Amino acid sequence: MLRGVAGAAGLAAVSGGLLTACSSDSDSSDKKSGGSSSTGSVAGSTVTFGSNYSDPAAKTAFAALTTAATASSQVKVTVNTVDHNTFQDNITSYLQGTPDDLFTWFAGYRMQYFAAQGLAQPLDDVWEKIGGNFGPAAKKLSTGLDGHQYLVPLYNYPWVVFYNKSEFAKHHYTVPTTWDEYIALAKQMKTDGLIPLAFADKDGWPALGTFDILNMRINGYDYHMQLMTHKIPWTDAGVATVFQHWAELLPYAQSGANGRIWQDAAKTLESKQAGMMFQGTNQVAAQYVTDKANLDDLDFFTFPTVNPKWGQDYMDAPTDGFMLSKKAKNTDAAKAILEYIGSGPAEAEYLKTDQWDVGLANGLQVPTYNAIQKKSVTEIGKCKAVAQFMDRDSDPAMAKAMISILQKFIDDPSTGNIASLQKSAEQQAKAIYTS
Amino acid sequence: MSSTSHADTAAAAQDGATAPVPRRRRGVRRLSLRDRIVVAVLLGIPLLLDLAFVWFPAIGTALLSFTKWNGVGSLHTQTCKPNVPSILNNGCWYGVQNYHQAATIYPEFWPAVRHNLIWLAVFVVIATPLGMLFAVLIDRGIRGSRMYQSILFLPVMLSLALVGIIWEFMYSQNYGLINTVIGHTSDSNAIDWLGNPHLNLWSVLVEATWRQSGYVMVLYLAGLKAVDPTLREAATVDGANAWQTFWRVVFPVMKPINIVVMVVTVIESLRAFDLVYITNKGINGLELLSVLVTSNIVGETQRVGFGSALGVVLLVISLVPISVFLYQTFRREEAS
Repeated sequence: MLRGVAGAAGLAAVSGGLLTACSSDSDSSDKKSGGSSSTGSVAGSTVTFGSNYSDPAAKTAFAALTTAATASSQVKVTVNTVDHNTFQDNITSYLQGTPDDLFTWFAGYRMQYFAAQGLAQPLDDVWEKIGGNFGPAAKKLSTGLDGHQYLVPLYNYPWVVFYNKSEFAKHHYTVPTTWDEYIALAKQMKTDGLIPLAFADKDGWPALGTFDILNMRINGYDYHMQLMTHKIPWTDAGVATVFQHWAELLPYAQSGANGRIWQDAAKTLESKQAGMMFQGTNQVAAQYVTDKANLDDLDFFTFPTVNPKWGQDYMDAPTDGFMLSKKAKNTDAAKAILEYIGSGPAEAEYLKTDQWDVGLANGLQVPTYNAIQKKSVTEIGKCKAVAQFMDRDSDPAMAKAMISILQKFIDDPSTGNIASLQKSAEQQAKAIYTS
Repeated sequence: MSSTSHADTAAAAQDGATAPVPRRRRGVRRLSLRDRIVVAVLLGIPLLLDLAFVWFPAIGTALLSFTKWNGVGSLHTQTCKPNVPSILNNGCWYGVQNYHQAATIYPEFWPAVRHNLIWLAVFVVIATPLGMLFAVLIDRGIRGSRMYQSILFLPVMLSLALVGIIWEFMYSQNYGLINTVIGHTSDSNAIDWLGNPHLNLWSVLVEATWRQSGYVMVLYLAGLKAVDPTLREAATVDGANAWQTFWRVVFPVMKPINIVVMVVTVIESLRAFDLVYITNKGINGLELLSVLVTSNIVGETQRVGFGSALGVVLLVISLVPISVFLYQTFRREEAS
């Protein structure tokens, strides 16, 4: 059945002309699509859009995006917003039931997992038109295991080390670029009565980011990605090295992380009780905006080099985007919408009300970008590869297992415990990936 | 009616002339067609509902627990192939592997079983006696008893999810009431009530007890109101003090309520879920079987087979107190 889907997509891509018609309202398309009349163009038809952009700011930005998409393609968009977590939890039954034509989703293995099971439609023909707007990295992030594109990306955001400029100026701290400098700075902060690293892991996932960056700094991107898909066992010595470095860092991290939500950790950074915090701009900068804290004082640096072989070549920069469900009723019109969304102006429209994420389109001009967003674009641009975050790059069941394993590590970072946690991770990975 | 059924009835009547069975059967036969339809409808609908919403899911869960399935696509009867990526090994027959994995390599399983038992023990040993104490004190009509009754009953009216959120304000490390009052909010001395895996189960049990004891109190208040006042008078006349009156006279009379409270306690402790889920999704020291079932079955990628196996384990554990209760009840009915 998968092959059938791929074949159909190939045909559509070859015969191109049929679908080219969809984006303009001058021509007509004879492709049958449930929602639109078989003779008319897609203009005037309606596309439903399942959205998990449930936070007020994201919802407003998304509304602006869909309005602009309607203006551009003449296709009406009905948005069904569902709470972020609920949307994620129900995604399997949602996509098998009566899904909306389009839905919001994430790049990486998470997208590939659903695409590989035939729950999404390939978007190769859309990518033929929007491909020029994106670099090869964005295209790779949108490509499924079978080599077809399944996602149109919208924005991403980097995971970096945040600090307050005023605090660094006051104590004459300099931005560390190597592991030793980083540890030395943390030590200095502790002597100065600061919490060197604000840290929270009550929700479980924030610590996954620390594991990701340490693994990419120590073992490199390819190793990291192979570990995520269990091509390298979790008992590998490289993993032990990651945990050892982390154990070295933990004495400088805010204690009791397993009982703190990241918002509270961000507050300790805001109130200058803490010196640094490693997390995504989508969280820290967004929290500064929510709390009406001094966003101009916030700055970041990319995580320091550990292994000179890899330098600062990689980081987590999770990408969010849109997919077309397999059971879409109005495929042609949905693709017309996606073609608009995959353009620079669309991303700029979305980012007008968003002060932390950054768009992915080539040469994107967004006049509303603040200093954090401008720097994010530069730093992501410097990377040779970007990972998507552990729960997006691996089977979410494995990420769930790692959440509890990392919490146990934070409770007890001793060498003996590291070994037993690695063993436990490997046993579960075997059960999840291969058996 | 066919001749065989006549013959059956006749035979039954001959066999047990003294037994009550034939008499009952004759009673059924006296029913008119309309009565029989009414009986069939009134019994049939609950029976269908029971089959559809209790037996079908229960048996379905038990069957699914022997498969490996991620909720996408259909199930088939082939055996799972070993050493094949799980995405290609979907909906296959997995044997007892799910149970084996749960008991051997799933690190959350045994802590969850232990926490469920601790939960039960705390409810039996602390929450229930506390509720009974409140009920007795209020029943004695102390001044302001109505006010106390309202205060103690208040948490029962809140959903457990809300109780969890209210207590987060108490327990939060840096901004919570408890740490602020005792002056432990700095990074070095803050008490991590909900994050420390040795502490958080007990913190959450305080929340649960806060609510459960109010619930038990209400049940006992109803029970105490139903106790015949003449019994107390008689006890007083016989010279019993308050302690003796309660334990020797009132408590035994409340036996039906005691059984209800016991059943409620067992059910509440086995279905414990909301509080830990609100607190930290039931990880890091707060594992419970109900949470493990949920976290495996609900979510982006589902391990339906594995989650079902955990569900079956929870079912088996629940069957123990239920069987004991049913055995006790039926034995009493037979005796009377």
